Amino acid sequence: MKSATGGRTVRVAAGQGFWGDWLEAPYRQVTGGPIDYLMMDYLAEVTMSILQKQKSRDPALGYAKDFVPLMARILPILATRGIKVTANAGGVNPRACAQAVAETARRLGLAGKLRIGVVTGDDLLGRVDGLLARGHALRNLDTGRPLSDVRDRVLSANAYLGAWPVVDALRQGADVVITGRVTDTGLTLAPVIHAFGWRTDAWDLLAAGTVAGHTIECGAQCSGGNCLVDWEKIPDLANVGYPIVEARPDGTFEITKHPGSGGRITVAGVTEQLVYEMGNPAEYITPDCIADFTTIRLEQAGQDRVRVSGVRGKPATDKLKVSIAYFYGYKAVGTLVYAWPEAYRKAQAADRVLRQRLADLGLKFEAILTEFVGADATHGPLALRGTRVEDLPEVQLRVGVRSPDQAAVERFTREIAPLILNGPPSVTGFAGGRPKPEEIVAYWPALVDKKMVEPCVELVEV
Amino acid sequence: MKGRSKKRRQLLLALAHARSGDKGDTANVGLIALKPEYYPILVKQVTAARVARHFKGMITGPVERYELPNLHALNFLLHGALDGGGTISLKTDAQGKVFSTALLRLEIEVPR
Repeated sequence: MKSATGGRTVRVAAGQGFWGDWLEAPYRQVTGGPIDYLMMDYLAEVTMSILQKQKSRDPALGYAKDFVPLMARILPILATRGIKVTANAGGVNPRACAQAVAETARRLGLAGKLRIGVVTGDDLLGRVDGLLARGHALRNLDTGRPLSDVRDRVLSANAYLGAWPVVDALRQGADVVITGRVTDTGLTLAPVIHAFGWRTDAWDLLAAGTVAGHTIECGAQCSGGNCLVDWEKIPDLANVGYPIVEARPDGTFEITKHPGSGGRITVAGVTEQLVYEMGNPAEYITPDCIADFTTIRLEQAGQDRVRVSGVRGKPATDKLKVSIAYFYGYKAVGTLVYAWPEAYRKAQAADRVLRQRLADLGLKFEAILTEFVGADATHGPLALRGTRVEDLPEVQLRVGVRSPDQAAVERFTREIAPLILNGPPSVTGFAGGRPKPEEIVAYWPALVDKKMVEPCVELVEV
Repeated sequence: MKGRSKKRRQLLLALAHARSGDKGDTANVGLIALKPEYYPILVKQVTAARVARHFKGMITGPVERYELPNLHALNFLLHGALDGGGTISLKTDAQGKVFSTALLRLEIEVPR
């Protein structure tokens, strides 16, 4: 394969680290220098349930809607430069997403010039009862409870597919691959497999591509964003360059970014990203392989360039993880700000008054959580050691409640504002009005036998 | 009379950097030595038991530790750290993003 850099490397650029990430990043990735693929990750753990809800209201929805205007902006550039896209923006309706992108492409005069691959088969919502009936308990990986406990509250259920269906779409000539719940790492691994023709049992290579995917799946978080080491010396975060994987057929790769962009790519920053959301580092399990992060070797190979080598992998398991979302109950969070003098003590007093009133009303909550922002909200009791709390200039009282009883949560939201006039003094910060009760859609991770899930690949001609 | 101590107490912040995130109700903290020669100090002193004591009152479950000598890093899993985690949690830091710097408040002994 001829790559953007002419040699036997393939360049995969991260464009979105999550749904809601910087809209300028994909544009800058396709215009700032040579790349072969643009990879965009949209799906967090409970995103699918939000999309499932949208689809139930309108069967033409259920995907990341802002993917379409974003594609409208970059499609002509992709076509000119021969850049391909992998994105899990399809949510619970990849076909509708592909149709919307196809229409946009036609409007831009790209008819006959673009093929869109669609990966489906991850959506198990309609099959939950069948799976349970056939003895697949879909037990919660954290609690061990069987899914039957919450069956009537399940809102979405999606198996995590790996790289291979995306590879199939690329082999069939897709320029843009739109998927449902494909793993974040699979979106990077697939183009690399496709470019180099890696085999399904080349575990070390698949693990290397998986590590590459993990490194860039959170976008700028490996190129200077949210990086603690010498954070004030990281240049030009306003123009932060999103990361690019430059992969080689032997499984080694380099992490870099476009010249002239801001941010920083160093061993320290890449290491921070490697350990992010890590469980057992020797067994990073994906549908494609098990990657051993204790084998990774990193070295600074130049300015803003880190070389990654040595990655070892093991055979994939015979299970797929399933991301299930279910209705849990209601919650609300209310805040008030107390000012010096004795800001912290006033906030504590207000919390006591509020809790007594909630108790006197006989309201039942599964949890009431109080935090004092400016004192202990982020570091708990550790933050107060050695701090003269009486000197704090201001403290935000932040109280959250959670309950299956919507009326209790609703009533709580009416107990915050009265404290301004009938509680402790020097209080402000209620301009936002009464807090709003929110529905809680919770995450239920489970496993299912791989053979129960059949990925499907289709092509849409524009 | 004893001689001057050969060790001094120092915040972990001076020897390591960290990044944290979530997996359900578990927060993970990746702790990375700022210099390779600090890594053995971390391995010896920043034990799972020590970290569990550090976060007493902030987490309800056990602490697990994994070693990544290749990256001069330790990975800690703090179970029951996030008030149920994800969308259930009422915490400001529902995703465990700043357990990283909370760990760096730990005091350890380093050779003079």
